[in-house]
Amino acid sequence: MDTFVGILNYVVFFAITAGTYGILSLGLNIQWGYTGLFNIGIAGFYALGAYAAALVSGPPPSAWDGRIFGGFGLPFIVGLLAAAIVCGIVAFLIGIPTLRLRADYLAIATIGIAETVRLVLKNEAWLTNGVWGLQQIPSPLYGPIRSGVSSFLSGHPGLPPWVESLIAKSYNWFYLLLVLAILLILYLIVERLVRSPWGRVLKAIREDEDAASMSGKNTFSFKLQSLVLGAMIMGIGGGLYAYYARFISPASFTPLYGTFLVWVMLILGGSGNNRGAILGSFLVWGVWAGTDFLTGYFPFSATQAASLRVIIIGVLLEVILLWRPQGLLSRESPKKNLN
Amino acid sequence: MDILARIPQLLVYGVISGSILTLGGIGVSLTYSILGFSNFAYGDMMALGAYIALGVFTLFASWGIADHPFGALSFGFGFVLACIVAIGLTAVAVVLIDRVLFKRLRRSSPVILMMSSIGVALALRNIIQFFWGPQPHYYIEKIQIAVVVPGLGIRIKPDQVFIILVAVLLVVLLHTFLKYTKMGKAMRAMADNSALARVTGINTNRVILWTWVIGGMLAATAGILAGIENKFVTPELGWQMLLSIFAAVVLGGIGNPYGAIVGGMAIGISEEVSTAFISTGYKPAVAFIIMILMLLVRPTGLLGKRR
Repeated sequence: MDTFVGILNYVVFFAITAGTYGILSLGLNIQWGYTGLFNIGIAGFYALGAYAAALVSGPPPSAWDGRIFGGFGLPFIVGLLAAAIVCGIVAFLIGIPTLRLRADYLAIATIGIAETVRLVLKNEAWLTNGVWGLQQIPSPLYGPIRSGVSSFLSGHPGLPPWVESLIAKSYNWFYLLLVLAILLILYLIVERLVRSPWGRVLKAIREDEDAASMSGKNTFSFKLQSLVLGAMIMGIGGGLYAYYARFISPASFTPLYGTFLVWVMLILGGSGNNRGAILGSFLVWGVWAGTDFLTGYFPFSATQAASLRVIIIGVLLEVILLWRPQGLLSRESPKKNLN
Repeated sequence: MDILARIPQLLVYGVISGSILTLGGIGVSLTYSILGFSNFAYGDMMALGAYIALGVFTLFASWGIADHPFGALSFGFGFVLACIVAIGLTAVAVVLIDRVLFKRLRRSSPVILMMSSIGVALALRNIIQFFWGPQPHYYIEKIQIAVVVPGLGIRIKPDQVFIILVAVLLVVLLHTFLKYTKMGKAMRAMADNSALARVTGINTNRVILWTWVIGGMLAATAGILAGIENKFVTPELGWQMLLSIFAAVVLGGIGNPYGAIVGGMAIGISEEVSTAFISTGYKPAVAFIIMILMLLVRPTGLLGKRR
């Protein structure tokens, strides 16, 4: 029974993480899959979103905190909105100098922004509490759920301890539903957008920017919109991570977890295909979790096993690029849209 | 006043780190101009070179090859020999990576090559970490006393003079190679217009091979020099410098090896001088801001051609 509960809890944890990655992957798909924008600073937007949400919803600074700002205790919807807005603004600011130039410049600038975000999170303790990070980020709707159960069991002003513990234990199921619902909403929005005339311009830019520009489209403006929208979605992903983890620090957002895995997810699933983006995030997170079990069987130290896992994912990426660059689900052929 | 007094010393530090950034920048710029993509694995190729040197040196020490320090330097013949062997081995490793991977992707778009170089970057860093672990390894254990330059009030260590001299020597050698040898001319022709170069009978595969050999050797040298300057190496050694190297390349004009010299020195000096005013932790951010400003004012860089 205990192992069964353990496995079930692991499945919930797995699906929440994979669902959050699905959101990051959807954001990247708008930028790379539909517009061909090469963003390798996803970790920066992920971190910005998480910190924005945590500062908006979290508790005010405590006596032993280094920070003197933030912690407004606002609802999680406000936090997610703030995450999206902050990421959108930053994407706008780096889009302006780089989107008129070759793809390399955007790539370098996004690495730069991710690194700068990391340095600011580490050094500006008045805002971010430095390396100690932000703690006690409230779980969304935890209070309302608790008071709902309490009013259901009317006549029990204080909940019995076993009910309290039941709510705490099953909260993750609720959170999983929340993540999946947000993933579904974002999926539907993005699907609608990429099938609109706006989305067709993005695809035209991806295929041949000069031709799109010759047809009278302001390609710079469309690229900027795509970059900003993708970054906003990544910010929401970051916010959802913060509410789930409840504790974030600069170390939570490494280029490996924040950027590289997302790229492998999108490329494996199939860039330019939103279902592919989501499929890829569940599959790659599965491979990543699987290598954790696998390396346990070999006589390696913990750090060697960790390195080996990254090498496996790196090899996986190269294998996809060499033999199946379109990914598992390839993009829809334009002909289908004509019918 | 206190801050101003520190600036001459910081300029010296800037020239030292600028020398390392210059070598890295030339390598990135060279591979960019010949192969047409930004190689994000370059930093980790530098780290690979530094670690191979460490491995070879340890091997030499176990064979009893002595390492009596040269004069005032903190290393000697054994170390230099190990470095030369490591530079060669890194070039071989880089050529192998090209054969296995980049060569097969040469028909893909440059962005796919960039993506694949990021995979190489992570794999290389973790291969290093697999064998040597994440902890720092001492490169040079001897503590060296800085020498005061009379009259100027600045201090510099003999090892740091060595770093600057190696960078100058390599820049002069590379200039001679590009300007006067047949292969160097072929490289410049291919950087200018690869289709035209092929039509005129230049063996582009040989040029690409040479580009990787030179790029790998420069990477290893830059990594080793960074190890000498820091006195220790970590697997993150190259990755940490990558943003500054790219900023240097963009500042000087991407694809122009001479621009990398100007850019490398400018970024190295700005990063060091900035520490007089803001936290040392922000060095890479300083490089990044300079790069963004350059892109706003003149995207082709200081020495780049206007298109």
